[in-house]
Amino acid sequence: MVKFSFRVKDELGLHARPAGLLVKEAAKCSSKVTMKKGGKSGDAKRIFNIMGMGIKYNDEVEIIVEGEKEAEEAKTLEAFIQENI
Amino acid sequence: MKTFYGKPVFGGIAVGEIRVLKKEEKNVHRSHIDDGEKELKRLEKAVDETLTQLKQLYEKALKEVGESGAAIFEVHQMMLEDQGYQESIQNMIMTQQVNAEYAVAVTADNFAGMFASMEDAYMKERAADVRDISERLIGVLLEEEKKEINADVPVIIVAQDLTPSETVQMDKSKVQSFVTRHGSTNSHTAILARTMNVPALIGLDYEDGIHGKIGIVDGFKGELIVNPTEEVLALYQKKQEEEAAKRELLQQLKGKETITRSGREIRLYANIGGISDLQSVMTNDAAGIGLFRSEFLYLEKEDYPTEEEQFQVYRSVAETMAGKKVIIRTLDIGADKQIDYFGLEKEDNPAMGYRAIRICLKRPEIFKTQLRALYRASAYGNIGIMFPMIISVKEVRSIKEIVEEVKRELTSQGVTYGEVELGIMIETPAAVMVSGELAGEVDFFSIGTNDLTQYTLAIDRQNAALDDIYDPHHPAVLKMIQMVIENGHKGGAWVGICGELGADLELTDTFVEMGIDELSVSPSCILPIRRKIREHD
Repeated sequence: MVKFSFRVKDELGLHARPAGLLVKEAAKCSSKVTMKKGGKSGDAKRIFNIMGMGIKYNDEVEIIVEGEKEAEEAKTLEAFIQENI
Repeated sequence: MKTFYGKPVFGGIAVGEIRVLKKEEKNVHRSHIDDGEKELKRLEKAVDETLTQLKQLYEKALKEVGESGAAIFEVHQMMLEDQGYQESIQNMIMTQQVNAEYAVAVTADNFAGMFASMEDAYMKERAADVRDISERLIGVLLEEEKKEINADVPVIIVAQDLTPSETVQMDKSKVQSFVTRHGSTNSHTAILARTMNVPALIGLDYEDGIHGKIGIVDGFKGELIVNPTEEVLALYQKKQEEEAAKRELLQQLKGKETITRSGREIRLYANIGGISDLQSVMTNDAAGIGLFRSEFLYLEKEDYPTEEEQFQVYRSVAETMAGKKVIIRTLDIGADKQIDYFGLEKEDNPAMGYRAIRICLKRPEIFKTQLRALYRASAYGNIGIMFPMIISVKEVRSIKEIVEEVKRELTSQGVTYGEVELGIMIETPAAVMVSGELAGEVDFFSIGTNDLTQYTLAIDRQNAALDDIYDPHHPAVLKMIQMVIENGHKGGAWVGICGELGADLELTDTFVEMGIDELSVSPSCILPIRRKIREHD
C-alpha cells in the first residue's frame, strides 16, 4: 500500500472535468486506487464516487494505491495529479 | 412589443427569430421481462451505441467550442461507463425482472438525487448531467430518432432547460442566444454561452406564444424583447455593431501587457462594487482590482455584517483573482450613502461630515471587525487595504496602531495572515498638501478624483445647476495630481488613480507623463485605456 496526498487547486473543487481526468488516469493503473477525504472514501476509477465526495477547493485528499505495481503506479499518478489537478 | 425579464449569465446583444423548444417527456413504462440475460444484452448494445453518440458529440464540440467546452462529453462517457451506475441498472433488471428503460430511469433518479442533495451549487447542477446521459440511453433503447435543431435564419433558442447535448447539437452559426426558464450560472448552457460568446439569460418566465416572433436579447440588462418596434430594433442593431467592435478590440488586446512604446508598464486595475463584478474583471483582462468598495456588505444588511461574512467575501475575491492584487477600501459610508443601523444623525453638509474613516476611528469596534476579516483573507491571495477620506498624518498613525493591534490579536490566536500593502485615498486637498509627509507612512496612494474635484473646486457634484462650471480637467485638479505623484515617489509610495478621471482617455497621456504607476477604472474601460497606453511613446 502506497499513500500520498494533494490539495485541490481548482476553484470549483474537484468538478466534472478534473474528476474525469483523474478517473482516466486511475483507470490506467492495475492497482486498486482509493480516495479519502475527511470521513469519506471512494474508488478513484469511478466518476460518480469521486464527484459524490463533494471535494472542494483547497481540500486535502489522500490517495491510496494497492496492488502489485503500487509503487510505480502511485508515482505516475502523483506526478499526473500535481501537473493537472 | 413585450419584454420579459431574466438573469443574464453572459452579456451581449442578440437579434433573431425566437424558437421555443418543447421538451417531449419520454414515457417509460415498467414492464415485466422473463429473460434477464437477453435484456442485459439489449442494454449493453444500447450503452455502446450511446457511447458512440457521445464520442461524436465530443468531436463536434471540440471543433466548435474547443477543448474546455467539449470535455463534458468525455465526462458523460465516463458517467455512462461508471461501474456503480451500470451495476445499479443491471441489478435492477436481474432482481426485479424489469425492462432496461425502466431500470435506467430509476437509476437516473437515484444518482441525480445524490447530486441534487449536495450543498455545493456546482455539484447540484450535475444532476442534469446524469439525466442527460440517462435520457440519451433511454432514447437509444426506445430506438428514437435523433433530433437536431436546424435553422436557416438567426435564432434565439428559448427552452425550459437545455442539456449539454441539446446545446452542442445546435447549428452554432445560427444560434444567437440561449434563454431558459431554469438553470443556473453554473449550468452547461451558461458555460457554453460564455465559451461561444453569445448572450444568455436564465430564470426567464416566458410564454409559448412567442415562438416564431422576432426577439432581442439584451444580455446586459437581462431582457428578452419580443416583437420590438422598428426604433427599438434599430437601436439594438446599432448596439450590436458597437459590441462587435468592442469584441474585436478585446481580441487584439487581451493578454497583452499595458506598456508604453518606450517600455514603461502601467498597472491597469478594475474598480468593483461587489462579487458579481468579478466576471467582467476577468473578461476585460484587468491586472488586478484597484478599488473594491466594501460598502455593499453593509448596505445589503439589516445589521452590521459579521467578521465571518466579510471574511468569506474578501477571501473569495482574493482567491478568484489568484495572486493578482486586490485593493479593498474600508467602509466609506456617511454623506450620500446612509445606513439605518449605524444610527447617524442627519447632517446639513454630509459630504464634509461624519463619514468614512472618521466613523471608523470613532467606533473602532466596527473598524476592527473589518480589519480582522481583511487580514484573515490576506492568507488567500494578494490583498491591499486602503483608507478613505484621510486629511492628516495623525489619522494614518491611529489607523496603523489599530492595524497593529489586530495583527497582534490574530497572531496570539494562531491565525495566519499574509503581507498586506496599506494605502490611503487622496481625495481631500488637505491630503494633497501633506502628501509629502503621508508618503512615508504608507505603501501607496490612490487618488479619488471625484471627491478631490468637488472639494478643490468647492462644487457639489450632485448639483446639476453647477454642471457647466464643474470642470474635472481644471488645472487646479491636475496640478494636485502631479504634486501627489511627485511627493508619493519621493517618499517611496506608488501612486494610482481610482476616480472617474482615471478612465478619461483624453488624460491618459497626461497621467503617463506625470509618472502615474496605476490606473483603476471600471472593467469596461480597461481595454480602451490599454490601447491608449500602448500607443504612448
